[in-house]
Amino acid sequence: MRAAFIDTIMKLADLDERVILLTGDIGFGVMEPFRARFPNRFINCGVAEQNMMGVATGLAEAGFIPYVYSIAPFVSLRPFEFIRNGPVAHHLPVRIVGMGAGFDYGNAGPTHFAVEDAAALRSLAGLTIVMPADGPQTATAVRTAHALPGPVYFSLAKESRPVVPGLDGRFELGKVQIVREGSGLALVVMGALANEAIAAAEVLARDYGIDAAVIVASNFNPDPVEPLAKILAGFSHIVSVEAQSVSSGLGACVGIAIARAGIQCRLHPLGIERVFAGSTGGAAHLWRENGLDRDSIVRVAASAFLPVASQAAIV
Amino acid sequence: MILRQSRRANVGHIGSCLCIVEILSSVYSLLRADGPEDPDRDRFILSKGHAALALYAVLHAKGWISEADLDTFCGDGSYLSVHPNHRVPGVDFETGSLGQGITMAAGAALAARLQSSSRRVYCLISDAECNEGSTWEAAMFSAHQKLANLSVILDANGQQALGLTRDVIDMPNLAARWEAFGWAVSEVDGHSVAELKAALASPHPGKPQMIIARTIFGRGVSFMEAGITPGRPNFPIQPINWHYLPLTAEEFDIAMRETEAAVR
Repeated sequence: MRAAFIDTIMKLADLDERVILLTGDIGFGVMEPFRARFPNRFINCGVAEQNMMGVATGLAEAGFIPYVYSIAPFVSLRPFEFIRNGPVAHHLPVRIVGMGAGFDYGNAGPTHFAVEDAAALRSLAGLTIVMPADGPQTATAVRTAHALPGPVYFSLAKESRPVVPGLDGRFELGKVQIVREGSGLALVVMGALANEAIAAAEVLARDYGIDAAVIVASNFNPDPVEPLAKILAGFSHIVSVEAQSVSSGLGACVGIAIARAGIQCRLHPLGIERVFAGSTGGAAHLWRENGLDRDSIVRVAASAFLPVASQAAIV
Repeated sequence: MILRQSRRANVGHIGSCLCIVEILSSVYSLLRADGPEDPDRDRFILSKGHAALALYAVLHAKGWISEADLDTFCGDGSYLSVHPNHRVPGVDFETGSLGQGITMAAGAALAARLQSSSRRVYCLISDAECNEGSTWEAAMFSAHQKLANLSVILDANGQQALGLTRDVIDMPNLAARWEAFGWAVSEVDGHSVAELKAALASPHPGKPQMIIARTIFGRGVSFMEAGITPGRPNFPIQPINWHYLPLTAEEFDIAMRETEAAVR
């Protein structure tokens, strides 16, 4: 997603001279092509994210479209109030780019985990939140969001991961994408966990005879409440999957969609619900530890969906 | 105007407003703007947003805010709040959370340079605002970027919400601190329009400009300068009283008499 992001804004910067890239001294091995091609539109603001957000506000007010880049928690949680009182309050086209969604910086330790950025910023009405599932969706999302008059936050996975089958780079604001049809049980997933949800759906079909739908949600504000309600009507069990705080992320969003529409179903929200106790490692390891990997999804989905009598076989 | 509106709305921050009157009139006498919507207008950012009432008085004098709108100050549905929001004609950036306006001013100055515009950016901060780390982030950034089109005035009134600045977070040698951060620093009497305008007009090539304006809290109203509350005899005498207190009817009358006499 990082490569897709840089490629896309290079193309945008070629076409639109309002594009300017600010970084909080992050992006070694990533930023160089942009800096080489647009030396006057690359500003390293140093390790000072609050000031960087204020500078972006001043630039946007004068007509620029600043892309503000750093590691996700540093560019979201640290300058939270600067985002609120700057781009959001003034409705300015600042694009905030948080790198390392979820546990992408897993072995860097808990300071670098990005498991509250999208959830926390979702509380800022007027700030569009985008968390794509793969590289092609990232490219579409960055292009789509570029035209918006207001601010956008991107939570992007660092690593290149397999393209999500069936997603085909689709992205639409306020919408979701169905990547696997199903009945009875639906998995709603956000971010790079999409491939885990698809893998879980395959296991559910093969081992349990459950025909799970997989729906990719990739943006908040506007929340995809109505599209979700339309799709989820008729499902009896819904599992939401995200490497974000369930209290205010996708789980909360799906819960509102279900409750507003009065859909008769059970919601099983999977996400982050604890303080980290020091375990680090790769994203796959941390997904497993936090119950977000394919096996955990299968376990939760199967025990929720299957009649109690047949649950003995679930491992 | 400041006294009348704060009395009518029964709100405080009067002392903070009174001490920046000369600063605002100096800046606005130099500020180039063909109306509040002129895209190439000079920018002014009131980083110490709690003194917005003084700014509204200036914007009213410029004809950008009507008398009728002024009379809605702090009322339900009014766009004129204690701290300014960007719906006010002539307010480009909303402030009120300290340490933020100066970062936006740095961005506005960088934008002017990147757009090869000769417009200038003025920003007014307070001494207590230098408690905020982000103020110093902006100080480093502006010096590194050599933002010579940026002039920041520091209202050094020596007070903050709960005490004198020297008792809360002592920041001696403010001028040396800003100089050490790479700014062109001068110190003036913040109630002398002549000194302020001379400082604002002095060249500072390659560096952002810091003008430390020594001011007296509650300037022009003797009991505010002294920290006395004549309408509330039992209230303790302390210099910071007029950071938050609104005026009683009696205090309003005294203050109006004194300021009107001074104008005459």
